[in-house]
Amino acid sequence: MDWNYFAGQVINGLQLGLVYALIALGYTMVYGIVKLINFAHGDVFMVGAFIGYFGFVHWGLPWPLAVLVSMAVCALLGVTIERVAYRPLRYAPRIVALISAIGVSFFLEYFCSLSFVFGADYRIVPRPMEDVVWRLGSVSVTNVQVLIMVVVMAMLVLLQWLVYRTRIGAAMRTVSYDHDTARLMGVDVDRTISITFAIGSALAAVGGILYSIAYPQIDTFMGVIPGLKAFTAAVLGGIGLIPGAVLGALIMGQVEVMTAAYISSQMRDAVAFAILILVLLVRPSGILGRTEPEKV
Amino acid sequence: MRGFDRPTLALCACAAAVYILVLLATVTGLLNPYWQRVLDQALIMGIGALGLNLIYGFAGQFSIGHAAFYGIGAYTAGLTSKLLPVAGIPTFLLALVAGTAAAALVAFLIGLPVLRLKSDYLGIATLGFGIMVKVALDNSNRLIPEMGGATGMTGVPQTANFGWIFLFAFLAILVCRNFVFSGVGRACMAIREDEIAADTMGINTTRYKLIAFTLGCALAGLAGGLYAHRYPFLHPSIFDFLASFDFLIIVVLGGLGSLTGTIVTALGWAFILEGLRVVLGSSFVDWRGVIYAVILILVILLRRQGLFGNREAGLLVPAFYKGGKHAAAGG
Repeated sequence: MDWNYFAGQVINGLQLGLVYALIALGYTMVYGIVKLINFAHGDVFMVGAFIGYFGFVHWGLPWPLAVLVSMAVCALLGVTIERVAYRPLRYAPRIVALISAIGVSFFLEYFCSLSFVFGADYRIVPRPMEDVVWRLGSVSVTNVQVLIMVVVMAMLVLLQWLVYRTRIGAAMRTVSYDHDTARLMGVDVDRTISITFAIGSALAAVGGILYSIAYPQIDTFMGVIPGLKAFTAAVLGGIGLIPGAVLGALIMGQVEVMTAAYISSQMRDAVAFAILILVLLVRPSGILGRTEPEKV
Repeated sequence: MRGFDRPTLALCACAAAVYILVLLATVTGLLNPYWQRVLDQALIMGIGALGLNLIYGFAGQFSIGHAAFYGIGAYTAGLTSKLLPVAGIPTFLLALVAGTAAAALVAFLIGLPVLRLKSDYLGIATLGFGIMVKVALDNSNRLIPEMGGATGMTGVPQTANFGWIFLFAFLAILVCRNFVFSGVGRACMAIREDEIAADTMGINTTRYKLIAFTLGCALAGLAGGLYAHRYPFLHPSIFDFLASFDFLIIVVLGGLGSLTGTIVTALGWAFILEGLRVVLGSSFVDWRGVIYAVILILVILLRRQGLFGNREAGLLVPAFYKGGKHAAAGG
């Protein structure tokens, strides 16, 4: 066994897993607060990647500014989606909002494919900086990988602080327990849900940009598969739980990269989902999820 | 003579009338081969969607992997027909039986462990299963070269015409109706309403969930078998999770727990989609996906219970159930 190769793959898996984590957080936060699988989230991720690309390449913005613009646009987009397509259905059966989410997802994909929006073609994203490879002993790490790790870690710390140390975080946690009780306690439920969508979508924008730097080819359907994987990661870790989303995403990244490296790159989706099903059979609410006792 | 009460006879008469009307439309040229293909596709999707309605609408088990069973049925039936030396009606029927049975068997085996999961977790497990089946189909040529793998499968004799598809759609409706209004169907609805309460009432929940899941997936397999014999090109991407969404959309838009709704929506949805192609013309074909999405969002926002809610057309309610005691209207 070639340990250097293995270590290199672990780092590749970490890179992929951390990007999934940013997307998975949006899924899990929204699920935690409105119990909705927001299928449009992967497409918000796509919009984030495109705005970042346009900001940098076509509008001549410096990278940090392009990222901020992308985050702002996606936050607005997320809030708009919630307002138009989910809020009217909030107290309807959950499947109804899910169908609405599928509709929004299709809408974003096809609308963005129109020639006056983003267009249907693939675009190549230029790297914002020269490629640098560092050697740690015999293992090599690229600057893109370090960038992704640093940015994602910073985002996670920020999110942890936001959710557990601020008033809005407390409001979010309250609403995720019970809408009615939260309202009785003076929490503005609608506003809290909007903010949750905004934060989740802004994280997806960062995820989209990092993804397009790491895998530099974007198109309007690029969000479908990463979205699905990230959502699966959130379920794997225990949906609704922020640490669960990160843990699930890291596992998902490793499984995918390892399967591609040691078995076959065609099998990686199958192996990832097989592991998901096996984990769910042992822990029906995900790895960190608590199984509610059945009661009447 | 439950099976031949008045509504059943009326249903048969109605089906015969529709069949004759379609034949007339074909003969007079009102229905050209293009729209005939659309109609056949709608009926095939309708059969599969009826299956999903049994699983989700009646037994309450969330599945977003329905297209996997559609694909298993299509490939099994297609392969059976392709490998058997003589093409013809007996081969076709044998292939359909094989496709249906394969889908049912796989559904039984996967359902046994997976149906213990609840709501979204079950949905995501079935979605994962669907993706695994897609990967398996993509790589199927390594094991069986005739299946074509990612390049697709051709060479299945095109035996299924409108008559056969219509016949099987009609039979599927009858089977679903009889299922829904049977004791087993009642048990499934009890599970949908409240699994724990159903359990307390002595209903073997595992058994009935498994029955509904296996039967529903068998119908998807049947639909797949018909598809394989109607459209000459099979490709794994026809059976990916987006196709599962199609079934789900049809069932929810029609109304969960309404067979009538599923049938009407399957037909309406296919014709709206193709109608858009005609109405928009080639220059606006890019807009098709956008308009499709907008229609979907608007319909669900304006009519969240689906077109038919959980009501049933009178034709689909057996006589012994008439008289205001239609328990499917539970809610």
